[in-house]
Amino acid sequence: MATPNDPQGGRENYLNKHYGVWSWLLTTDHKRIALLYLLSITFFFFIGGFFALLIRLELLTPASDLVQADTYNKLFTMHGMVMVFFFLIPSIPAVLGNFLVPMMIGAKDLAFPRVNLLSWYLYIIGGVMMLHCMLTGGVDTGWTFYTPFSTAFTNTKIVEAGLAIFVAGFSSILTGLNFVVTIHRMRAPGMTWSRLPLFIWAHYATSIIQILGTPVVAITIVLVAVERTLHLGIFDPKLGGDPLLFQHLFWFYSHPAVYIMILPSMGIMSEIIACFSRKRIFGYHFVALSSIAIAVFGFLVWAHHMFVAGISLYAALIFSVLSYAVAVPSAVKVFNWTATLYKGSIRYEAPMLYAFGFLGLFTMGGLTGLFLAALGINVHVTDTYFVVAHFHYIMVGGAVMGYLGGMHFWWPKISGKLYPEGWARLAALIVFIGFNLTFFPQFVLGYLGMPRRYADYSHMPEFQVLNVLSTAGSTVLGIGYLLPMLYFLWSMRYGKPAPDNPWNAAGLEWKTASPPPTFNFEEEPVVTWEAYNYEELDAPHPEEVPVVR
Amino acid sequence: MLDNFPLWPERASTLAGGVDALFIFLLIVSGLMTLLIFTAVVYFAARYRRKPGVLAVQIEGSTPLELTWSIIPLFVFMVIFLWGAVVYFKGRTPPRDSTEVYVVAKQWMWKLEHAEGQREINELHVPVGRDVKLIMTSQDVIHSFFVPAFRMKQDVLPGRYTMAWFRATKPGTYHLFCAEYCGTQHSGMIGSIVVMEPAQYEAWMGGGSGGPLSATGEKIFAELGCATCHRTDAQGRGPNLQGVFGKPVQLEDGRTVMADENYIRECVLDPGAKRVKGFQPIMPTFQGLVSEEQVNALVAYVKSLATPGPAGASSAAAPVPPSKAQQTKGSQVN
Repeated sequence: MATPNDPQGGRENYLNKHYGVWSWLLTTDHKRIALLYLLSITFFFFIGGFFALLIRLELLTPASDLVQADTYNKLFTMHGMVMVFFFLIPSIPAVLGNFLVPMMIGAKDLAFPRVNLLSWYLYIIGGVMMLHCMLTGGVDTGWTFYTPFSTAFTNTKIVEAGLAIFVAGFSSILTGLNFVVTIHRMRAPGMTWSRLPLFIWAHYATSIIQILGTPVVAITIVLVAVERTLHLGIFDPKLGGDPLLFQHLFWFYSHPAVYIMILPSMGIMSEIIACFSRKRIFGYHFVALSSIAIAVFGFLVWAHHMFVAGISLYAALIFSVLSYAVAVPSAVKVFNWTATLYKGSIRYEAPMLYAFGFLGLFTMGGLTGLFLAALGINVHVTDTYFVVAHFHYIMVGGAVMGYLGGMHFWWPKISGKLYPEGWARLAALIVFIGFNLTFFPQFVLGYLGMPRRYADYSHMPEFQVLNVLSTAGSTVLGIGYLLPMLYFLWSMRYGKPAPDNPWNAAGLEWKTASPPPTFNFEEEPVVTWEAYNYEELDAPHPEEVPVVR
Repeated sequence: MLDNFPLWPERASTLAGGVDALFIFLLIVSGLMTLLIFTAVVYFAARYRRKPGVLAVQIEGSTPLELTWSIIPLFVFMVIFLWGAVVYFKGRTPPRDSTEVYVVAKQWMWKLEHAEGQREINELHVPVGRDVKLIMTSQDVIHSFFVPAFRMKQDVLPGRYTMAWFRATKPGTYHLFCAEYCGTQHSGMIGSIVVMEPAQYEAWMGGGSGGPLSATGEKIFAELGCATCHRTDAQGRGPNLQGVFGKPVQLEDGRTVMADENYIRECVLDPGAKRVKGFQPIMPTFQGLVSEEQVNALVAYVKSLATPGPAGASSAAAPVPPSKAQQTKGSQVN
């Protein structure tokens, strides 16, 4: 590598090479597109978070006194739609994946840079449509659009919301396609499949789900719109349709979609845990293949959302046993990460604190999945707060912890600035505490029998104490999420300049400048080492380790 | 607020104990797993924290270890799976000779009709110690019949019957919730299950009804002119319905189906769909001509024909008891 460890001297990079609005809006640089996504998903995250806060405030008291039932129903619907389709699904792949996939494999950009920009525009068009839908009345079906309520009974903006998700879905499909082609075709010389960082394996698995799953939800949405507008009987029994068909189609995508959210986060875990314990990931191949196994098995478990919906006993049996099968590769990952810590040389900087948080919350989210996959228990706890708690442990405790960990880990690379470490550790702690305070009481509420999506529980005052705890937690959690946004913004102006490799981490992205030049590398890298070669990096004279031959 | 703060739901059905036992087993298993992982993480993190001059020891991995921590969890998972399946099968298989209650859900109320003829709204009276089978359908969207104290839940769909059952073990009043989101007043679609001692229940039942549901069905059967074709001899243009229920039926297209509640229902509403072998497609549909309650009565009538003897003539004709505990706030929407 020719560049000296000196990001100061006005060196040209992807951020300062071009100026002006159009240099951003027409960019094909994957790193700039990643930043466009970062801005947009952060915007939607805070909208979705605002809805969540209103939901929690409403549930502080049993009566529906803050908002009317109709408003409450729209709040949880819009919270779900915004968070799932406009934050969680694009979060890690479209921001960190976009930024890092080419850099980690030693490529100049993604395979289709213009398609990448198109993805962002589709996302924005979908997002604007969703905003328009929300501002002109919103939707009250829950994010699940269950028929025949959505097709024949509600008079809210189903078709508009559906189209918004339809359009945003193509953004997701194109991103997945771009990643798959890039990972197959654009790896630097020497970057074999078994040398790929586990972040790449995770994104590869994610991309497969995006490509194969998203079209199914797109078709489902079209069918809902067709039935709603043309009264063609597909799902509504009054028109000769079958409402369970909708649920099968919907969950065929929406269950794997959970893995779109969590797999990339698992990829980040592997990077962070390896770096902060200065070790190669224990059982690299098993961790890599477990991502693929999750993607494959993830497609075969959808009907575990339907155990009380009216499917046959034998269908329930098969989907229950397959759900346990998909739990194994997730467990394998947790065990391998834990084993990686063994005899490591562990540091506790903020990204690692987030990784510890992930391990704790994901473990609890995963284990409560075992409860839900057990048919006999599922009958009691499905559609209660137990489910709400479970999937928030996975999608917020897991995916968002990973996302924040990753943002801290790569922020010096992305921005060229160091974030304030003390604040970041504090925020990690606040998020962890706030999260548990918000969602742990919901497990108890669920087993007690509190159904989800209830605006009013005045006939069940026994649920109030736990709801108060949960609401208290959500305010703590809210502060925990605001903090990183504030100090990241602060660091862009006032942060210390970041060295090229502040963590002394393995991985090609650290072997170029911070922030990187437009085409990532001054010269095409040639890889001669295995992933996570921390032994070489920590050898007495790290500056002598050859980077580019 | 704090004087009413339970941490465990009440147990009031024969199914509840089985669900709780498995739940406690899972709490123990997952508690141990959590303890194992947390202890390992905390211990490693403390024991191997970075010290100057000490390098990490690189370990490639271990296939035996990978197999161990794949196979042991898989084995434990299979135990949980099988146990869960046993509990589920028990909950999904109504015992023979259950008392039957027909449930019609609609936005946003529960209408319940005992086979003996009593009708209730948002409240269901049942005796302790008797198996109660629910035959449920919805007039509009999907609802879900959920009684936490019974650990019982079943979605209620429009256009078909779904079944559930329970046997209450403890007198008391228990929450009935709609657990599948169904629109504006979803959280108002609640009610109660009143479990009574048998003697009290008999007294309550003595309050009278318009006669058993099957008798109502017989009346409707006559009014709609069904008996013109469905005669009790072999001469009718439609199948003789005596003794049909609960037996396999040969269809014109070669299939064989079981004559259960859903089949009878479908024959009333969509007679062409599963036509009995040897009969002409001449029966008109009654879709839109009969209400869900009338379909239920017809089904109850056809069921009563399965066994020889008069259609369950137990309670004398008396006025229908007034619907109790009307607590729905929403207007009726059809």
